[in-house]
Amino acid sequence: MPNNDKSLADLLATHEHEILQEWQGLLKASGALQTGRIKESELATQCRNFISQLRGALRPDGSLDKSSDGYASLKSMLGEVSRSRAIQGFTPSETASFVFSLKQPLFNAIDKGTRAADAKASYIWQTSLLVDELGLYTIEAYAKTREDIIARQTREIAELSTPVVKLWEGVLALPVIGTLDSERTQTVMENLLQSIVEQSAEIAIIDITGVPTVDTLTAQHLLKTVAAARLMGADCIISGIRPQIAQTMVHLGVELNVVSKANLADAFALALHRLKKAIVSVKQAPSGRQSRYVSPEDRGV
Amino acid sequence: MDRIPILKLGDALLVTIQVDMHDRLAMALEEDLTAKIAATHARGVLIDISALEIVDSFIGRMLDNIAAVSRVLDAETVVVGMRPAVAITLVELGLSLAGVKTALNVERGMTLIEDRIHADAVDRGDLDDRPDE
Repeated sequence: MPNNDKSLADLLATHEHEILQEWQGLLKASGALQTGRIKESELATQCRNFISQLRGALRPDGSLDKSSDGYASLKSMLGEVSRSRAIQGFTPSETASFVFSLKQPLFNAIDKGTRAADAKASYIWQTSLLVDELGLYTIEAYAKTREDIIARQTREIAELSTPVVKLWEGVLALPVIGTLDSERTQTVMENLLQSIVEQSAEIAIIDITGVPTVDTLTAQHLLKTVAAARLMGADCIISGIRPQIAQTMVHLGVELNVVSKANLADAFALALHRLKKAIVSVKQAPSGRQSRYVSPEDRGV
Repeated sequence: MDRIPILKLGDALLVTIQVDMHDRLAMALEEDLTAKIAATHARGVLIDISALEIVDSFIGRMLDNIAAVSRVLDAETVVVGMRPAVAITLVELGLSLAGVKTALNVERGMTLIEDRIHADAVDRGDLDDRPDE
């Protein structure tokens, strides 16, 4: 390598301005700003920071110094950029092209700043390796962020899909939607027990209309919930077992040993009966209502 | 050694556990309660565990034992005020306390015991019928 040629880090320092201009031009041309998710000034800052961090992370021979502080801060900066892009809804290739589009400007700078052909080839090879590595890291950080988002959404869905509804004074309903796995059961159980305490409920109706399949494991989870509710002093009724599921359960030999009703309405009627309440029709509806709730005490029974 | 007080309320015995249960205390309670049921001819035992934050398998088994002993002596056990976390723990331990009746609070537990005493009275012919039916 001829001595009059500069090192890669020096090249970067000398041609920083041109590289930046060209890089931003390329990014703009590739449509990074088109969707309006990121401002031009923001992009410019990201590019500037990236180049200065990159200079700090380079060894004199042009390879990345993985033990340096510069490398660590370069990675954290890159991670931050991919995280924000993942959240803003950029596609993986859009995110990766932030780094990969730096290749062209770097090659041009090397071309201008180096005379010897062998030095040029070696610099281009090193730059290529360097940009590839950083690009891969970007994708990794992007995927990680997406996984975090998915995990959070899963948690939110699990929480949203297990509401506890108060049907009547002392009667709670728990419509279960989706598969009952161990983790869901835990959430369902906690929600139900907490509501039993808060509402002083005597009867809880677990409606499994929204549960697609009931196997032995699901049945076991249901039974656990029922047992826990019983320990708190509340009776459970299971409703909404669909005909096919009932057949499958019998074929599998799954037994629930709990009062079960075909639908929520029947279960609610049973709950009212246990509470010694009834819904009766009113012959003359004074205010346009068809029926009115009357408890046996009110009727003087 | 401190003991858990057992209060007599009509035909029922009321036990309110206010301190952390350790095994020795639990065994003493079982013994005291058995003696008291026999002495007072109680028909119901109400155990309030609303202050208990930790229930292990030993205490769970003790509750089951007390219920079994009471049944032999013709008294019904009602455990009231169990906390959600405790209920989940017991279920996970496989202790569903099948022989024990449960209620949300002391008031409802007392109603359960009174209902039973009342039903017995009707059976014996002391009372004609239940007033609310």
